[in-house]
Amino acid sequence: MRSFIQYLLPSCVVIILGGGALLAATDGFRAFTEESARRLHVAENQPIMPLLELEDMKGDKLMLGQEPYSAGKITLVEFIYTSCPIICQAAGSDYARLRDRLTQAGLSGQARLISVSFDPVQDTPRQMREYAENHGATGDIWTIARIFPPDLDLMKRSFGLRVIPDDMGGYQHNAAIHLLDKSGRLSNIFNIEAVDEVFQAVQRML
Amino acid sequence: MNKVRFILSLGFLLICILFRQPLEADPVKHVLIQLPFLAISGYLFVIGLGELNLRITEPIANALLLVAVFAILFWMLPRSIDATLVNPVVEIAKFISIPVFVGGSLAIGRANSNPFLRGFLKANAISMLGVLSFLYIHAPLRICNSYLVSDQERLGFAFLITAIGLAIAWSIPLFAPPLNKSNV
Repeated sequence: MRSFIQYLLPSCVVIILGGGALLAATDGFRAFTEESARRLHVAENQPIMPLLELEDMKGDKLMLGQEPYSAGKITLVEFIYTSCPIICQAAGSDYARLRDRLTQAGLSGQARLISVSFDPVQDTPRQMREYAENHGATGDIWTIARIFPPDLDLMKRSFGLRVIPDDMGGYQHNAAIHLLDKSGRLSNIFNIEAVDEVFQAVQRML
Repeated sequence: MNKVRFILSLGFLLICILFRQPLEADPVKHVLIQLPFLAISGYLFVIGLGELNLRITEPIANALLLVAVFAILFWMLPRSIDATLVNPVVEIAKFISIPVFVGGSLAIGRANSNPFLRGFLKANAISMLGVLSFLYIHAPLRICNSYLVSDQERLGFAFLITAIGLAIAWSIPLFAPPLNKSNV
């Protein structure tokens, strides 16, 4: 029996230490990818986002961040580039559904939806208006805006946005809906198609 | 001491360091060339030391194989792969830990470990690569934020080819048993 324990002991020590390392590296086996780790970190820590100045599709300034810049509203942010052929178009359709849900529930005065372009050079106000017209974003509850180039890195860093060029002159990026409370805290991140889930989260927050 | 093995070890390490950017720009090269090269570098360095690897007992050898398994599991996490590309500390940790914990542990532990454990780990390595290949080929979303979906699919197919290659390579001794029975 003793020799059996002596035989297994080194392996058991490695299994415990190795298992512990994997446990730590995956936040308790909850986050195996960078994206899931980002979402978990946000849900658990609700970091305050920096103040960011945007330009909307009408050419007006729009602030993203803490009160009073949140306009006393919950803010839903998704990141796009308007020439994106697939994901951002789907995101636009999902955002339109979310806008409709919020409007039908009488919550349009308490939440704002912003599709923020991370490609400010290509996405001029005119381009943004075209994207808005295609998806029915009128600017009332949902508007399209772009970040100013000097703040692009800050925006990417603070939201954990990863953008890489694809083979067709566009980009691939982590598409998601980011829920900011009235104080500018990033409180949750959802899949773009999780409209019901986002709607319920907004209701809970009010 | 074996100078040829030391030089080869250094060569593999230098390839990984000097061609770091082109290797890491492509997930197939990153995962299936750079990471194995780092392990090979550590492996060659340790077996270049000669008799050292013969002085350990079977329980320690088994434990060292498990060290290599956990190190491989850690560095196969998509999150770890992404982290090496954005965090220099993690990148340095990769260049140190894979030669030491994967290559070095395998070099010391392989010969003296329990043959059933070696067989078990080989079977699991093939099945794990199969699962990874399915995951990377069919995942609708990017598993690694640093790479394109099309690159991800290529990596999935590369995992599949690797799994088939290893299955064939490790099956050959079953049909033509080597003289040294420790090479299970």
